[in-house]
Amino acid sequence: MSKTNFPPSIKTRPVYAELEPRPGTAHVIIADGEGAEAVAHLLAKVPDRALMLARTHILYTPGPNGTDQWAAVLAFGAAQAYCAPTIPAMLPRMAKVVAEAHMGTQFYLAGTEGLIGQAEREIMMTGLPFAAIQKEHRGSTVRRVQCVHCKGITENVATDPFKCSHCGLNLFVRDHYSRRIAAFQGVNIDAEDPGLVPAAVEKFK
Amino acid sequence: MSGGAKLEVTVAEVVEVNALIKRFRFVSRDGAALPAFSGGSHIVVEMDDHGVRRLNPYSLMSDPADTSGYEISVRRDDAGRGGSVFMHSHVTPGMRLTISHPLNFFALDTRAKKHLMIAGGIGITPFLSQIKQLGHFGGRFELHYATRNRDVAAYATGLKSAHGDRVNLYYDDEGQVVPLAEVLTRQPIGTHLYVCGPKGMLNWVRKTAAAAGWPAQSVHFEEFLAPGTGLVFSAQLARSGKTVTVGTHQSLLEAMEAAGVDAPYLCRGGACGQCETNVIRCDGTLLHRDVWLSPAEQAEGAKIMPCVSRFEGKTLVLDR
Repeated sequence: MSKTNFPPSIKTRPVYAELEPRPGTAHVIIADGEGAEAVAHLLAKVPDRALMLARTHILYTPGPNGTDQWAAVLAFGAAQAYCAPTIPAMLPRMAKVVAEAHMGTQFYLAGTEGLIGQAEREIMMTGLPFAAIQKEHRGSTVRRVQCVHCKGITENVATDPFKCSHCGLNLFVRDHYSRRIAAFQGVNIDAEDPGLVPAAVEKFK
Repeated sequence: MSGGAKLEVTVAEVVEVNALIKRFRFVSRDGAALPAFSGGSHIVVEMDDHGVRRLNPYSLMSDPADTSGYEISVRRDDAGRGGSVFMHSHVTPGMRLTISHPLNFFALDTRAKKHLMIAGGIGITPFLSQIKQLGHFGGRFELHYATRNRDVAAYATGLKSAHGDRVNLYYDDEGQVVPLAEVLTRQPIGTHLYVCGPKGMLNWVRKTAAAAGWPAQSVHFEEFLAPGTGLVFSAQLARSGKTVTVGTHQSLLEAMEAAGVDAPYLCRGGACGQCETNVIRCDGTLLHRDVWLSPAEQAEGAKIMPCVSRFEGKTLVLDR
């Protein structure tokens, strides 16, 4: 069960479950913001916590809403723990950790959809089936959205519609999601009647 | 007609690979190219064994890029139901046969960065076509191939000389065993594992991989089951209004076909799910032998795979 209840939607909209401990030769945990709470919950369920932590590498960054639980993450006592100031700053390290992993490594992703999606994409690119990657949503529901017209990605979208940060078109935020791009789709809302744009509603917090 | 479209072929070549294994090459009768296939595909060969109809699945081992013919290798099983013995003793060059279109339940996941292959005995055949396929686009692989002894290690020498360190050979009678746990831990992330061989090997590899943290989605296996023998039983076919008696060496599917019932099938080895049949009434025990139904479905007893599974008891009524 996810700690965030998303309303039922179309098939491409990702769904999340609770992180469960799995046997593994190594454990890579990637989290942001309130995702730290999901990690605490996961570790509480591990039969041999010391053994798992001795094989665990945690990558953490504060959430888009400012939630910073790095102190709690550090206190878990994982063999390796690293805190990045932002998701983009974390990506090079994440790429190296994923590329150097071996089969038998378990991946646990927790936090916002922007972080989960970008980590999932990195892991998926290796050939590991996406269904083998555990994901639990916690915290902010702001979205990473790709403008289907200019292809630019706008991070932390809170309202629908919103203005594309690249080309300036007014975009309607769809639930249509791409694992390959790690983003939802934004489609021009006033193509037929330019200027006729509904008021922006804060849908994602 | 059940079983999909058929191909009419001629046996072009029969080669004795070793004391147990023969290789057969099939070409189309009109000289046209045969349908393309992907590595890991199999065909079902139809045999008329002196009045007994036999349909056995065999993996294609030839190059998927070669549509001028298909090649299979058959291991003679003297204790089997007779299909392999028929292939060995009666199928000769020039003979006409009917085969199914290629089907693939054991395809390479080409998103993988690397393919780890574990073969036991005649289970090497699907890997031969997969390795040729990978050769065309430079895919990485590592093969571990175990056989009883050097004499029955079909194609081992050719594989070793063509692929060197990528091919690892093991001989039971020399006390050699695939160092599985070690092999599994050194694989780069994104590797997919494929295993084909006897049931014991499949179970061992799947269990060891799961314990080593390999996700089930990265582990692929192929197991063709022979229908197996059992007690004679009868089954009522509600839709056809017929009752069939299944002989000791016959499968329920074969008994239905012999009674003129056009029952669906593809693999005839308990793997594909095509012949799945609803059970209307069962006063007795279903002997599930397929790898298609989940353990829960098998326990529930509402479905049976007539290509391999049997029944013991008083009454069995099927929706067929």
